Amino acid sequence: MTDFLLELLSEEIPARMQAKARTDLEKLFADQLAAAGLKAESLQTFSTPRRLALIARGLPETTQAVSEELKGPPADAPDAAVEGFLRKAGLTRDALETRDVKGRATLFAVINKPGRATADVLSDAIPAIVRAFPWPKSMRWGAASQTTESLRWVRPLQGIIALLGGYVVPCEVDGLVAGNGTVGHRFHHQGAVTVSGVEDYADALRAAHVIVDHEERAAIIRDGAAKAAKDAGFALIEDEGLVVENAGLTEWPVPLLGRFDPAFLEVPPEVIQLTARVNQKYFVVQDTKGALAPAFVCTANIAAHDGGEAIVAGNEKVLAARLSDARFFWELDQKKTLEQHAEKLKAIVFHEKLGTVADKVERVAKLARWLCEEGIVTDRAPADAGAQESGSATNSGLRLSPENGGASLADLAEQAARLCKADLVTEMVGEFPELQGLMGGYYAAKEGLDPQVAAAIRDHYKPVGQGDAVPTDPVTVAVSLADKLDSLLGFVFVKLMPTGSKDPFALRRSAIASQSLILRHSLRLSLSNLIETWITAVQQQTLYLMAAETSALKAQNVAGRLLLDQVKKAKEDQNIPLVDALLERFPEWQGDPFLKAIVEGWTEREEGSFAFDRIVLDFFADRLKVQQREAGVRHDLIDAVFALGGEDDLVRLLARVKALQGFVETGEGGNLLAGYKRAANILKKEGRGDPSAPVHTPETGGGIAQTGEEDPLSLVEDPGVARAVAEMAQPGSGLAYDPEPAEAALIEALDKAEPLAALAIHAEDFEGAMAALAALRAPIDAFFESVTVNDADPAKREARLNLLARFRSAVHRVADFSKIEG
Amino acid sequence: MSENSLSFQDMILTLHNFWSQHGCLILQPYDMPMGAGTFHTATTLRALGPDPWNAAFVQPCRRPTDGRYGENPNRLQHYYQYQVILKPSPGDIQQLYLDSLTAIGVDPLLHDIRFVEDDWESPTLGAWGLGWEVWCDGMEVTQFTYFQQMGGFDCKPVAGELTYGLERLAMYIQGKDSVYDLDFNGRGVTYGDVFLENERQMSAWNFEHANTDSLFDAFRKAVAECENCLDAKLPIPAYEQAIQASHVFNLLQARGVISVAERQAYMGRVRDLAKGSCQAWMEKNGWAA
Repeated sequence: MTDFLLELLSEEIPARMQAKARTDLEKLFADQLAAAGLKAESLQTFSTPRRLALIARGLPETTQAVSEELKGPPADAPDAAVEGFLRKAGLTRDALETRDVKGRATLFAVINKPGRATADVLSDAIPAIVRAFPWPKSMRWGAASQTTESLRWVRPLQGIIALLGGYVVPCEVDGLVAGNGTVGHRFHHQGAVTVSGVEDYADALRAAHVIVDHEERAAIIRDGAAKAAKDAGFALIEDEGLVVENAGLTEWPVPLLGRFDPAFLEVPPEVIQLTARVNQKYFVVQDTKGALAPAFVCTANIAAHDGGEAIVAGNEKVLAARLSDARFFWELDQKKTLEQHAEKLKAIVFHEKLGTVADKVERVAKLARWLCEEGIVTDRAPADAGAQESGSATNSGLRLSPENGGASLADLAEQAARLCKADLVTEMVGEFPELQGLMGGYYAAKEGLDPQVAAAIRDHYKPVGQGDAVPTDPVTVAVSLADKLDSLLGFVFVKLMPTGSKDPFALRRSAIASQSLILRHSLRLSLSNLIETWITAVQQQTLYLMAAETSALKAQNVAGRLLLDQVKKAKEDQNIPLVDALLERFPEWQGDPFLKAIVEGWTEREEGSFAFDRIVLDFFADRLKVQQREAGVRHDLIDAVFALGGEDDLVRLLARVKALQGFVETGEGGNLLAGYKRAANILKKEGRGDPSAPVHTPETGGGIAQTGEEDPLSLVEDPGVARAVAEMAQPGSGLAYDPEPAEAALIEALDKAEPLAALAIHAEDFEGAMAALAALRAPIDAFFESVTVNDADPAKREARLNLLARFRSAVHRVADFSKIEG
Repeated sequence: MSENSLSFQDMILTLHNFWSQHGCLILQPYDMPMGAGTFHTATTLRALGPDPWNAAFVQPCRRPTDGRYGENPNRLQHYYQYQVILKPSPGDIQQLYLDSLTAIGVDPLLHDIRFVEDDWESPTLGAWGLGWEVWCDGMEVTQFTYFQQMGGFDCKPVAGELTYGLERLAMYIQGKDSVYDLDFNGRGVTYGDVFLENERQMSAWNFEHANTDSLFDAFRKAVAECENCLDAKLPIPAYEQAIQASHVFNLLQARGVISVAERQAYMGRVRDLAKGSCQAWMEKNGWAA
């Protein structure tokens, strides 16, 4: 057994690339060994800004010797055959053995491949590793770069140590010859450092002021920075990312404490921290009360001969200049109100098909106001406060607004929405984009705006991911939800849906964040109403505006409709798509991608060629499945409830799904499911697979009111329901024959269960609805047991099929059971 | 380190001496306004092709939008870069650079000098490279780049480019907080004596008075002239027109008359001119891409 040391010396490797480079080096090395049948007992990798190193211990000196036996032709075979075999084996005739195979003398060649020296393997492996190294960005350099085929490395590669058991492994990569020498610290050590092997590598470098182990350097920085802060009476604000980055920038780290003028503390602490961190890679510190203190810790790469005094002075000066800039931005930004800043949003394109950021803000403001005015977001605890006491998980913690000076929630939400993106055009956010929202919140507070408005501006991007805190203040909830819903509906409307793994506009995240807000606060939001509201808002921005500009159509509120009617007529004459008819009539819109995209989405939806509403609902359903998977909610049950079509309220939907899950996972539910599937199959075979087809319903009166819809007229617009209503109105719906007992029992059970289930659903008592359905289980089983559906008498057959269809419809009041698996 | 530190002009002389001794041609500034030393033909055009090239020069840089009427101690609309271009990049280029810092009075055992990742890209020149910004006690004092492409062409061989920020380095070496307080000549003349009034007047012109109609006209004329030159297979004059167009564009930016949407189109135009000039230069010299 032996061990091996590899060091690849180069010019400074970017700090952010070092961790992956270590992993890649280990993997490439292990792969090369494995390809030669070798394996080390242990592999360790190290990195500094100037070197990548690997130590392999417990490495065999040679690869395994292999003995291979080849069977040849019979000993008396013609010469040509024997010669062919000799060529294949690479032997001469006298080296062959003759053995008896089933009574026949046969030639055998025994080829002994001795083990290959590990040094030889490594001679080939090292250049292969260097050439195959997967740097995220690599470069050419020097005279060799006359051709683009020259060696590439992250920065110029300058030396290779390759020592196997103390001996140099002979190898060469593009003129770099491996040896046993390296260099020490750039400034603390002159001349070469000679290494004898694995054992003295780290020590030889330490003597030359290089700590080769990145973890040791990280520990020095972590502990040293904490100590420097503590010695000055402060506490370090820990930042592991900075520890690692500084360890990647130094070979001999020396943490040093510096100070800045306390006057800079008027700038928000997040700004100071970011300036220090991002631009200078400094740690910040806090005082005993947890407030940001006017000091920082930088990490030098030398032990300076003045103890670091000059370094600290220099860094203090640089930070002071940076903080002056930050304070300049902070003061400059406050010379304008957020409302004034927001003016500039008109010049910033949000997306070419969705208008400017100002256009987006306008829509968000409308949606936020609508969410409040409709009572979807309220500043009171939710109506089901009783459920809250009983510990329902879906309950809200919407905080009561402390004081809003008489302004309504809707006013506050609209105001916050109109200002929420204004900080995007401030100098500070231009400098530090990660401060978006936060700066707006600070500026709003400085302006003296309502604290709820300031908080909503600050937090409206939340929740940012699953696990991020969901806002609770009602103004914030309204603005955050409106912002996310606008993005989601907007990009779907202009057909920029995510595809596969590509989701450039983060719509999946927007949907999940919206759902978190909706479910966390039990917001009773009808997605269909939302869609109508959003489309009206976007139409006002485009069509109504355009229509108002044309001299004939001045009345803004009806202009879009008039315009559409007018163009529809034109379209009927010409038989061309509506969008083309519109754009032909108003050619000046052609050049505006926003108008064009919205007109297209709108007219295609009107024509029925763009199932926008369905796509939105499906998108929510898909995200809901993903989001609820962890909570153990079955995706097929979500489908089953969504498939009913009428359900567009996520809170109610989820309650329904949960009740359904509770039900189908009991024996009773499972049996009912089996009965349902049998009924559905029979109906399907009879060509009655469409559950929305009219059903004979003996139930009299109250059918409409029980659907849970508030406006009966809206139902009557639906042709299927209208037919059913018409049939219900016909008297005398009894059977023309005497039903068999099981048949009569099923009719009776349905007569009872249907209104019960409907009532329960209306009251959103989904467990109650399930219980009502459960009463159908025994009768349907008995029906299948003793009644022949396919009776010779066509009247009976028809009546029984009707009965099964009725059973299926009853079940469908709760969910589309055909979507349930198992 | 303010005691006995070099004056601004001595710093330049010291760098000239240093790089001259290391085989560089000492050139003079290009006689046209430009945004960075990289625009000098000694960098852009000479970075292309196989011939060795080692040069050092001071280049005044004009950044109209950075003007602050002489009121900001760090920001100027006109300042100096010290450029060194070494092609092919020598194996000891980092050490040469560090030696040059020592020559102008930076002690690397007293000051923390670091090479921090900073990849360079110039969309207007169709150029990119890998390298670092060099930090001295946390302050960026030099941009260090290995050019990989110029004008959209691979650099064969690769050149190393060093760009020293002269005012910054001088402020650092002399321990001054304002650029205008820099000791210019060691005999009582300050940087402010030489340039403060220029900054005031030029800022006023850049931001307030430059005639935008004339500038738009100048941009169009430069574009047309560049195309003329390209047709006549004269890459150097064509490239000068590209430099001119780039500077006029920067002035228009300072006047705030180019919208966000138009900006990309203007930059694309300049890039096309610069790339076209580089291509013509390659062709004129008979170099394959």
